[in-house]
Amino acid sequence: MSRHVDTVIDAAANPDTSQPFAELGLKPDEYQQIREILGRRPTSAELAMYSVMWSEHCSYKSSKVHLRQFGDKKPETDALLVGIGENAGVVDIGDGWAVTFKVESHNHPSYVEPYQGAATGIGGIVRDILSMGARPVAVMDPLRFGAADHPDTRRVLPGVVAGIGGYGNCLGLPNIGGEVVFDSSYQGNPLVNALCVGTMRHEDIHLASAKGVGNLVVLYGAKTGGDGIGGVSVLASETFDEGGPAKRPSVQVGDPFMEKLLIECTLEVLHAGLVEGIQDLGGAGISCATSELASNGEGGMHVRLDAVPLRDATLTPEEILMSESQERMCAVVTPEKIDAFLAICRKWDVTADVIGEVTSTGRLVIEWHGEIIVDVPPRTVAHDGPVYNRPLARPDWQDDLIASGTSDLPRPASAIEIRDSIMTMVGSPNLAAKTWITSQYDRYVLGNTVLAQPEDSGMVRVDEVTGRGVAVSTDCNGRFAKLDPYNGAKLALAEAYRNVAATGAAPLAVTNCLNFGSPEDPAVMWQFSEAVRGLADGCLELGTPVTGGNVSFYNQTGETAIHPTPVVGVLGVIEDVTKRTPMGFGAAGDVVLLLGETRDELDGSEWAHVVHSHLGGVPPQVDLAAEMRLAEVLVELGGSGALTAAHDLSDGGVAQALVEMALRRGVGASITLPADVDAFVTLFSESTARVIVTASPANADTVMSAATSAGVVVTALGSVGNLGDDLVIENVAADSVRLSLAELSQAAEATLPALFG
Amino acid sequence: MTSGMRIGVVTFPGSLDDRDAARAVRIAGGEAVALWHADADLHGVDGVVLPGGFSYGDYLRCGAIARFAPVMTPLIDAAKGGLPILGICNGFQVLCESHLLPGALVRNDHLHFICRDQKLRIESNSTAWTSDFEVGQEIVIPLKNGEGGYVADDKTLDQLEGDGRVIARYLDINPNGSRRDIAGITNERGNVVGLMPHPEHAVEALTGPTTDGLGFFTSVLTSLVNR
Repeated sequence: MSRHVDTVIDAAANPDTSQPFAELGLKPDEYQQIREILGRRPTSAELAMYSVMWSEHCSYKSSKVHLRQFGDKKPETDALLVGIGENAGVVDIGDGWAVTFKVESHNHPSYVEPYQGAATGIGGIVRDILSMGARPVAVMDPLRFGAADHPDTRRVLPGVVAGIGGYGNCLGLPNIGGEVVFDSSYQGNPLVNALCVGTMRHEDIHLASAKGVGNLVVLYGAKTGGDGIGGVSVLASETFDEGGPAKRPSVQVGDPFMEKLLIECTLEVLHAGLVEGIQDLGGAGISCATSELASNGEGGMHVRLDAVPLRDATLTPEEILMSESQERMCAVVTPEKIDAFLAICRKWDVTADVIGEVTSTGRLVIEWHGEIIVDVPPRTVAHDGPVYNRPLARPDWQDDLIASGTSDLPRPASAIEIRDSIMTMVGSPNLAAKTWITSQYDRYVLGNTVLAQPEDSGMVRVDEVTGRGVAVSTDCNGRFAKLDPYNGAKLALAEAYRNVAATGAAPLAVTNCLNFGSPEDPAVMWQFSEAVRGLADGCLELGTPVTGGNVSFYNQTGETAIHPTPVVGVLGVIEDVTKRTPMGFGAAGDVVLLLGETRDELDGSEWAHVVHSHLGGVPPQVDLAAEMRLAEVLVELGGSGALTAAHDLSDGGVAQALVEMALRRGVGASITLPADVDAFVTLFSESTARVIVTASPANADTVMSAATSAGVVVTALGSVGNLGDDLVIENVAADSVRLSLAELSQAAEATLPALFG
Repeated sequence: MTSGMRIGVVTFPGSLDDRDAARAVRIAGGEAVALWHADADLHGVDGVVLPGGFSYGDYLRCGAIARFAPVMTPLIDAAKGGLPILGICNGFQVLCESHLLPGALVRNDHLHFICRDQKLRIESNSTAWTSDFEVGQEIVIPLKNGEGGYVADDKTLDQLEGDGRVIARYLDINPNGSRRDIAGITNERGNVVGLMPHPEHAVEALTGPTTDGLGFFTSVLTSLVNR
């Protein structure tokens, strides 16, 4: 090929060559900083590397100063085996088992190309988990879309769902939960987050570091192609402008079959003890993998870029460095073990090539057909990027928003009005059954799924002999976070924590995916800083450390940012999954109890959203001490077998929870509201730290006294009916509300198929 | 308690439910033996399960590439000699591509992947894999497929029906557009069975909708003992 390659010698010889740093997403001062680090202008290959690694997506340059709180406020814990900073955090779940879990965003690619964007989001998070040495065992997807009836939602949602299913199903990972939320604030910026859980024995934990001078660097998996070039810098770190060019070429294309081979191949080389260090290739591709491995290890690496196997022989070295081709991994292997390593790759039909070796030079040196095109200190690429303390300012509209509560909104008063409100809400897109979506996901594969959607948390068995397992839930109410980002983050944490406890698992650790607008907007930056502060404070109080996470900025179209959406994932441990507590009504005659206190808290509620399209006021009060007391009761009673069902109260309040508990197994209930309360508030308030539980009449006293002695308020609501019985609510404005399961089911199940089917 | 019977489970590149099938064999009382696609040897097993998944990524056509795997050569011979073979989902597709069973599986009529707890009626218990069921028995096991629509020409379908070779039919809803609601069929001899739903996911009350799937695995062990 005749194309001239910009070498280090060229860079020194021609210091004034003009370089397209702005097009690659670098600011002038960042470009200047690179020149100072290198003592010369960067080569075009070095510029490519710095531009992707210093992008917001890879460098966390706007969020770093805030994220430090997760470490500074870390609760006392023995559970954390690997903390923030690695590909994913690892927690000890007992009996020598470790679990790693993490949630990441793939928002921007999924808007541009819904199917591939969502598919490769799954692929990326699965490789993160795999690179810790764990077998991926389950995935979940927290999703946010624009208004359900908007034409563009009809373009985005079916593609995202098909992409998640198409990739995850073919990969053989059960999809055990997640969220689907519609709100017009996400119209131009849907949120497609993906969570993966992996399990391993303690001794199988692996880290991303290139240790041992002379060890070989192996690139294995798919060949490198032109897909996803510049994805991180061009896509994830810029705001979409209406009318701008389509950015489809920057979206990666996934091959789940290759990823499945990569999983089995990787686990086999790890278990055979053939790997010194390992790193997945995701955002920023080879640039990221080589610089991070080198930076975490001996500090030096020599790479022959022309040894990288290519799908497209015309790729330039810069493109190879930036390519985000999927299904690739990088391992550091000793020379003695390389043959065994390559033999296992051949067994799985996985392409593997030695592309370099670990050195003691302290430099990452990359050559291209004998010429040096990169010679940099790897830490400056991977870890010592720019850090911004961006200006933040509480938005001037925040006071007006808080002042505009729901107290003036007309509330349903009669039993007929309340009945109408319940039916309207049951069929509203956010509360309607998500079967149309979740039935496109395999929840059975691997044979260890104990609970899956629509249960409060997804639960998988980890140890088939002892029955030890984990439960995971992700939650976030973006409306609450908009009203109060600090408490909104705490509310997201509280809900996920409660959902895990409701199934009988003890909450242990936290991951997060912080989805926000542009960090260059001081109002967004204030929302972000408040949310991080709230989440860090909340985790400290609950004693659940943050193990890692992801920040997604620039989720905005023009000047309009999404609702701040700090999605929180909580992982809990259950010693014996056969003791899990399901959500549905079961045996006739079981006593229905409400645990926790209900206050008049309708601001930001689903009722205000659905019935009045209203958002304003103050979100429900957070009481993490009450959440902890409630969780203790739920875990203790669940483990003793005293509970037959438990269901978290959140969106839609008691009314919606009763409907969901009835529809789960087609069993009605007879409910009598307390005489001295406002029926509307009792049924629709979204006060926190509450669940509805059921227990056999024989166990009812045990449950009530356990709750009472823990300081949890108990209210008897009624009793479970028979299969097919109506859901009847007495004492509603001196009347009763009777709902047949057939009409509830019709209302709940028809909505999504009508919109997207 | 084990029956002493050894049931092979083949792993192709892209097989996903191989662990589940092996677990089901063990729970039923058999010994599960891992068979590798590239190894043209059945290692003396007493029966074989071709598990679900996306062998070779379902590229080209579901099961079309797996059909040419080295392990298939002895397997096709053994099938013709009467060895019990159960193809589940992707395994069913492989059996059709191998011409051990007639017909083909095509894209679901509604064009979506579907995962649901599916009611079936057992139509024949005179196969190696259904002998522990009653004819007419209704069971619920998971179904999960994107290309599960069973098709064949009318003549073939009439012949299958006439010979009692439809072994299970979908009840309540037809989840994928299969002709005549067919969920599973067998060969003339009754030793080779293809089934689109997944009995291996219904062998434990903890993880399955029922334990109805266990019957397929106990059937083969029983029929081997009585052979």
